[in-house]
Amino acid sequence: MTTQASPSTTSPTVPAQAGAARPTLDPQIRLDLYRTMVLSRTYEEAILREYHADKGPGFDIGKGLVPGEMHLSAGQEPVAAGICAHLTTDDAVTATHRPHHLAIAHGVDLRAMTAEIFGREGGLGHGRGGHMHLFDPRTHFSCSGIIAEGYPPALGQAFAFRRRGTDQIAVAVTGEGAANQGAFHESLNLAARWTLPVVFVVEDNDWGISVPRQASTAVSSNAARAAAYGIPGERVEDNDVEAVYDVARRMVARARAGEGPSLLEVHTLRMWGHFEGDAQGYRPELAEVSERDPIPRYERQLREAGLLDDATVAQIKEEASARVGDAIGYAKASATPDPSTATDYVFD
Amino acid sequence: MTVTEAPQGTHRLTTSKAMVEAIDQEMAGDPSVFYLGEDVGQYGGIFSSTTGLLDKYGPERIIDTPISETAFIGLGIGAAVEGMRPIVELMFCDFMGVCLDQIYNHMAKIHFESGGNVTVPMVLTMAAGGGYSDAAQHSQCLWGTFAHLPGMKVVVPSSPADAKGLMTSAIRDDNPVVYIFHKGVMGLPWMAKNPRTLDEVPEGEHLVPLGKARIARPGSDVTVVTLSLSVHHALDVADKLAGEGVDVEVVDLRSLVPLDRETVLESVAKTGRLVVVDEDYLSYGVSGEIVASVAEVDPGMLRVPARRVAVPDVPIPYAHDLEYAVLPRQDRIEKTIRAAL
Repeated sequence: MTTQASPSTTSPTVPAQAGAARPTLDPQIRLDLYRTMVLSRTYEEAILREYHADKGPGFDIGKGLVPGEMHLSAGQEPVAAGICAHLTTDDAVTATHRPHHLAIAHGVDLRAMTAEIFGREGGLGHGRGGHMHLFDPRTHFSCSGIIAEGYPPALGQAFAFRRRGTDQIAVAVTGEGAANQGAFHESLNLAARWTLPVVFVVEDNDWGISVPRQASTAVSSNAARAAAYGIPGERVEDNDVEAVYDVARRMVARARAGEGPSLLEVHTLRMWGHFEGDAQGYRPELAEVSERDPIPRYERQLREAGLLDDATVAQIKEEASARVGDAIGYAKASATPDPSTATDYVFD
Repeated sequence: MTVTEAPQGTHRLTTSKAMVEAIDQEMAGDPSVFYLGEDVGQYGGIFSSTTGLLDKYGPERIIDTPISETAFIGLGIGAAVEGMRPIVELMFCDFMGVCLDQIYNHMAKIHFESGGNVTVPMVLTMAAGGGYSDAAQHSQCLWGTFAHLPGMKVVVPSSPADAKGLMTSAIRDDNPVVYIFHKGVMGLPWMAKNPRTLDEVPEGEHLVPLGKARIARPGSDVTVVTLSLSVHHALDVADKLAGEGVDVEVVDLRSLVPLDRETVLESVAKTGRLVVVDEDYLSYGVSGEIVASVAEVDPGMLRVPARRVAVPDVPIPYAHDLEYAVLPRQDRIEKTIRAAL
């Protein structure tokens, strides 16, 4: 289910009007969306276990095999699955401090990513980056720990793609809190004016750490802000993976066709804390979170459509567990970086 | 001397024209090079950093941007990550405040965070410096701030030949390079200028290695370590003192990252006297770093205490006499050298 971004009738929209009835997706696509979401959730649950396994006594954020801040993406899987389904690893994705679901959906190598999160030599950045700074040139994937600041580099990747005459695109993802940053607005304006092949994505999980969106943001939909830059903007409600898939399909096609950027906001769900260790005392709707979990809901839909049963669900979950277990095993077996190399890689 | 010899001979250029010549030659030879910034197209750069390039290369490669430094510096980063070689201009270094995150958290850190798997071969150019009453927000040098933050090379040419040679090397370098040109070294027709801003420049390909200082004037009595416009002031003072039999050695750092500590140490070992001249702020900056470089190796090589001439820790004043009271110009340099003798 989508809603039109802007009340203005002059606001451009991507072809196939938002809100129009969608044809039922191909069963294989639906199963792939489910599979991607299950893999991502299985991954985050495993990182959650590993992260908390050795933080005690009490909770020491700097302790353990996975030290430091940890921002997990449980509940936001529909965004990653629905958008990345339209991408290849030739397309660029810039993500946020909460990047795992996007990295997984975009096809970043699970082993190297996990080893990076564990701070190991076998990681994407040989343990120098950590979970907020994952860089994978093979899949043109990157993320940044600074909100909204992943948008500008995506402009440059899109610029380089267009300059080379390829149909690669860049997808720039940020959260709803970041839509109040200058980098967000500068990027939308510049991409629109230069007709760059970018799909801008806002993951609205309602919370900027502890501040609810209504308290920080003057408009009810960030997609409405697209109108200020003369580009299509749409908001997907209900964290609906197929609605994300549908809007993203049109926005990606528009970018690939050289018609310029679009802005997609997804009203998604942060199931867990801003970071691990966040008690979320500020959050009145916490009790309802589990019933809004998008994965069981989608699973029910697919069961009703006859695409899933107990056996296939179990099989998909087992496959995901095996892949995640393999990645964590790889990470744990990877060497810790030698302290004598701590100053390596500052320059090429 | 590390300036490469140019077989094609030399011609006389201002510093700005020498900088443009380097960009022109690199753009002619490498289609991945392009120049991006505010007023770099038809205007040719507020400080003539791109004069004539739009006519030659067109708006696809000499690109005027919106006033959106975060967006277009980030665009340079993304394009560099994908293998292009952007040159991005921040009009004044003072404007770093509106876009520093892209510079120090992204441009400078991506190579490190990626464990060396991603390179960012871009040049970030910017104008610096005072002396023309542009006041507190348009007159700073700030090169010490960039040099302090790891992951970006920082070069500060003083002469036309170095402006060309450092630009060529910066464009070809696979690391991000911050190229800071003092407005007073550019030889602009609308600003008071030192005659040294017009000089011989090798005509063809000309490279100056990043991280190698230059002995701008050999001498035996006192070492003046300096950079950018202050090199010209120091040479003026050295010429004057030579008439009194005082032999001043002037070291032009040319590059702050990497920093050529060896050349500084060799000079101080020879003269036993050190004066550091820097148009950036005095405290926590370049001048302190140079003194520390000597103190850490052998403070005993200093026959007298090291001295510094820099901007006292105050914003750059507007009124001419106030500004010239805080800038490290010839009068203060001369006084300090005399005190060190």
